[in-house]
Amino acid sequence: MTAPAHEQGGPLISVEHLTMRFGGLVAIDDVSFSGDNSEITAIIGPNGAGKTTVFNCLTGFYKPTVGRLTLNHPAKGELLLERMEGYQIPAHADVARTFQNIRLFPAMSVLENLILAQHNELMRASGFSVAGLLGMRRYHDAEQKAVERARYWLDRTGLTTRADWDAGNLPYGDQRRLEIARAMCIRPVLLCLDEPAAGLNPKESAELNELLRYIRDEHQIGLLLIEHDMSVVMEISDRIIVLDYGRKIAAGTPDEIKDNPDVIRAYLGETEEEALPEVVAQDLEHPVS
Amino acid sequence: MATPSSEQLKMQPLDLPALFKEAGYVAVVVLGLTIGLVGFKTEDVPGGLDIVTRFGQVILATVVAFAGRVGFILLRERRFIPVLIGAGAFSAAMLVLLIGNIVDADQGVGRFLPFESLVVNWLIMLFALVLAGRAAWLWSHTRRSQFVVDREAAMDRFSARVQQGAKFFGPLMLGVAIILPFLPVADRRLLDIAILVVTYIMLGWGLNIVVGLAGLLDLGYVAFYAVGAYSYALLATYLDLGFWTCLPFAGIMAAFAGIVLGFPVLRLRGDYLAIVTLGFGEMVRVILLNWYEFTKGPDGISGIPRPTFFGLPLVRSPPEGTESFHEFFGLTYSPLDRIIFLYYLILAMALVTNFFTLRIRKLPVGRAWEALREDETACRSIGINPRNTKLTAFAIGAMFGGFGGSFFATRQGFISPESFTFIESAIILAIVVLGGFGSQIGVVLAAILLIGLPEFFRELQQYRMLAFGAAMVTIMVWRPSGLLAHREPTIRLYPHGPPKEEGQS
Amino acid sequence: MEYFIQQLINGMTLGMIYGLIAIGYTMVYGIIGMINFAHGEIFMIGAFVSIITFLMLGILGVGWMPLAVLIVMIVTMLLTSVYGWALERVAYRPLRNSPRLAALITAIGMSIFLQNYVQLLQGARIKPLQPVIAGGFRFMQESDFVVTLSYLQVFIILLTLILMAVFTLVINKTALGRAQRACQQDLGMAALIGINVDRTISLTFVLGAAMAAVAGLMFLMNYGVIDFYIGFLAGIKAFTAAVLGGIGSLPGAMLGGLLIGLIEGFWSAYFTVEYKDVAAFSILVLVLIFRPTGLLGKPDIEKV
Ligand SMILES: Nc1ncnc2c1ncn2[C@@H]1O[C@H](COP(=O)(O)OP(=O)(O)OP(=O)(O)O)[C@@H](O)[C@H]1O
Ligand SMILES: [Mg+2]
Repeated sequence: MTAPAHEQGGPLISVEHLTMRFGGLVAIDDVSFSGDNSEITAIIGPNGAGKTTVFNCLTGFYKPTVGRLTLNHPAKGELLLERMEGYQIPAHADVARTFQNIRLFPAMSVLENLILAQHNELMRASGFSVAGLLGMRRYHDAEQKAVERARYWLDRTGLTTRADWDAGNLPYGDQRRLEIARAMCIRPVLLCLDEPAAGLNPKESAELNELLRYIRDEHQIGLLLIEHDMSVVMEISDRIIVLDYGRKIAAGTPDEIKDNPDVIRAYLGETEEEALPEVVAQDLEHPVS
Repeated sequence: MATPSSEQLKMQPLDLPALFKEAGYVAVVVLGLTIGLVGFKTEDVPGGLDIVTRFGQVILATVVAFAGRVGFILLRERRFIPVLIGAGAFSAAMLVLLIGNIVDADQGVGRFLPFESLVVNWLIMLFALVLAGRAAWLWSHTRRSQFVVDREAAMDRFSARVQQGAKFFGPLMLGVAIILPFLPVADRRLLDIAILVVTYIMLGWGLNIVVGLAGLLDLGYVAFYAVGAYSYALLATYLDLGFWTCLPFAGIMAAFAGIVLGFPVLRLRGDYLAIVTLGFGEMVRVILLNWYEFTKGPDGISGIPRPTFFGLPLVRSPPEGTESFHEFFGLTYSPLDRIIFLYYLILAMALVTNFFTLRIRKLPVGRAWEALREDETACRSIGINPRNTKLTAFAIGAMFGGFGGSFFATRQGFISPESFTFIESAIILAIVVLGGFGSQIGVVLAAILLIGLPEFFRELQQYRMLAFGAAMVTIMVWRPSGLLAHREPTIRLYPHGPPKEEGQS
Repeated sequence: MEYFIQQLINGMTLGMIYGLIAIGYTMVYGIIGMINFAHGEIFMIGAFVSIITFLMLGILGVGWMPLAVLIVMIVTMLLTSVYGWALERVAYRPLRNSPRLAALITAIGMSIFLQNYVQLLQGARIKPLQPVIAGGFRFMQESDFVVTLSYLQVFIILLTLILMAVFTLVINKTALGRAQRACQQDLGMAALIGINVDRTISLTFVLGAAMAAVAGLMFLMNYGVIDFYIGFLAGIKAFTAAVLGGIGSLPGAMLGGLLIGLIEGFWSAYFTVEYKDVAAFSILVLVLIFRPTGLLGKPDIEKV
């Protein structure tokens, strides 16, 4: 077993020369970046830039055409994500994600959604169902613990009183938060959030910022965040990566990115700088703080 | 959704041409549907085929369709009274004729029944009755019609109540099931039917694991039933093993078959998977049919040993040196003993299946099955291995199918590939669909309805598959989640209802 | 060699029939993404309407064979289309937005229903028909195995080719074809730009049923016997053909049909007849596992 990574000093996640082709389309073109513990790394870029594709490669939904994805797991050492099967990445490498289009288990209750995220642990505790079928104490205790962890995240996300609702009946904002809670229930070391603020109202957005900061500061895990809402990005991210047409065009702190001419051009096109939509301009210039 | 107020529902004047056009349209379609296959019947005569015409039936069907559609349109246009009178009078007249037919089929008024087929007459009568009833109901209520959402919610509440009720009448039904053989009505015929029904209940519960919980549409379930039956039959006849030794083995063989099938196909999307399982079921049957040296092909396997009561055979005169059940317990021999024993055997097996399902639903695997049904992608994102999870569902469902198959073999004493056609899979699936995916009590009710009823009313036999098909379509159209489908969470944070501050609306 | 050519001819004839049925599967799948499991039954109904019409014509004394075949074809296409139309209207339209499996179960229910409906109305016995078109060309007379290409086979192959040509024209050149292709791309969008989606889908079923009806007629003439159960196997094989060719692709359906017909022909000729149905299923399984998009199909990607 290798020594814990933070002692080696490498970043939590490093993406090197990631390329993803779909037939003739190059969705990601030689992108490299890294993200660290207790840090929020935002990935931004116009529609179709390849942000979601990066996540899909990281979490095993796509096999990258080229590239190396190294996770420096605090307990398990260096893991090469591109070599793992999809479901093993959350199960073994402890990388969790949410989806751009929410993907809950809509006909199951909120609590069940959270218990399911602790599937592998519970599976072992139930002796692969044998102990569970026999009604043994061991499984009962494990389930109790799982409920406690679920309750912890329910409290954090303000969903406690709705624990027994069907997930599909929750209002949209709650569903977004439930998805984050579910991801946290697998106890990840890296959490990948795909547009968590999409469709939220300003108040909910602000609460989301709080939640993400809390996760970063209290749980000290790494977060990767795809987001179009600049008020969220500029306010909470520690570093920003900008993608455009699959290529990385800039990286740096929010302040650096804000003034980067390449980024502005990527978002607004080459010629029509004056036709800048007001909201975007405001967001870029005066991030809410 | 708000109910439209009565103002909005002011009666519009009837648009007669439109009405006749719509009803005429329906009549023309029915005419097209019936003219070929109903209007002409091919009759076998020596040296070929002859044709018999039944144009009267075609015209009647067209007229009935026209009238029915007119009634339907009138209901839609809120003309309740004419519909009530018309449909009511018609159904009453039909009922008189039908009863006349029961009293005296040849002489009485029953002769004047419009359709040749008794069942069609009954159906038309019922249809008119429903139309009249609906008219009466709508007339006495101001609401125009129920909305789909409303109906869905209402059905869900109803299903929930049935499931709640199952807590009470479940044990009651079990009690009846247990004392059934000793009730005065229990004769050979009733017990045979009961055994059949319970067999299907067990198979339905087994398939419910795969279809209801894991959401994998398995159209080849009968293959596992066959594997179980043949495992037992072959082991018993070749190696001379007893039922109880073979039973676990048959289950394992079936589960193994499930894994062998599951392994390659589980990557497939739902509907493709269904078709492949169908193909697998047929393949198993064709192999059983053609592998003559091993399975005796279409001749089947006979002389399969009957089960014993812990080693005591249930026969009048046991083989030399052994004691039979009635001798051991000092009872007089009754040929019913064996039937009763078989009945209890399948009842016990079914109960084990039920207990197992209820239990495993609350375990991680069971939850993972349901999650997989909901969203496979989300499952992968939280570290659930979709392949293994599906495989366990397949294997466990198959195992119960295999148990059922062994029972079938020992009960019949003879099996052949004939018994394992696609129709059998379809019947089991129909039971699960009708009962409502995942609903245990629904399976019981559906099995009694679909298996028990036609057994009692032999005339219905030939219509049974027709009714199965129609029931599957109707239920899916009416409530795609299944008739009595209602899902209770497997675990609650607040078992005694949600906290006060904010309850579920 | 002669034997091989004979099997080639037989397999091709069979393949034409499967191809015509497969078109119905592929069109419906392309447009509403469901497996119309009852399509095999539509084919069976086509065969029954054909046999009834043949018998009626015999009674009425229409003796001139080409006219008789033409009348039978028109009648069976017409009456079978009504079944196709009613099937969609009654069973599938209400489920258009339901989960795929619900639609598939409905289709299976419909298939069981139609099978038993025909059985009840027409009886369970097999129905024989005297050969309608007799005779044929004979090749390679000098060798000991004579290859025959019967007129019936010529008729089947030619008719299929003509129908395919007409059909391709309809899809590529007419408004209906355009509407259909639009619906195939995006049902919701098609509705928004004013295409009558319901009508387009209905017509798709009607067209598919008409093709299946012709296939039923061909099947009847080729084998001379039918029963209420023929739709099941033929349906599965035609579905296999559609999947093999790439479901959603019309040329694919024809190609797949041809391949399945040839495979079946050669399999029965050189291996065992008993397992010929297993062969079809095995191909289906293999194709679905190793090449779910079929030979000519477009990949069906699920984005997350
Ligand atoms: N499975 C796939 N097959 C083919 N092309 C794909 C696939 N997944 C993504 N793409 C293409 O890759 C490109 C990048 O897509 P991606 O979803 O990563 O964009 P994105 O940056 O997340 O955009 P958005 O902000 O709209 O979510 C797009 O052109 C998309 O069409
Ligand atoms: Mg995206």
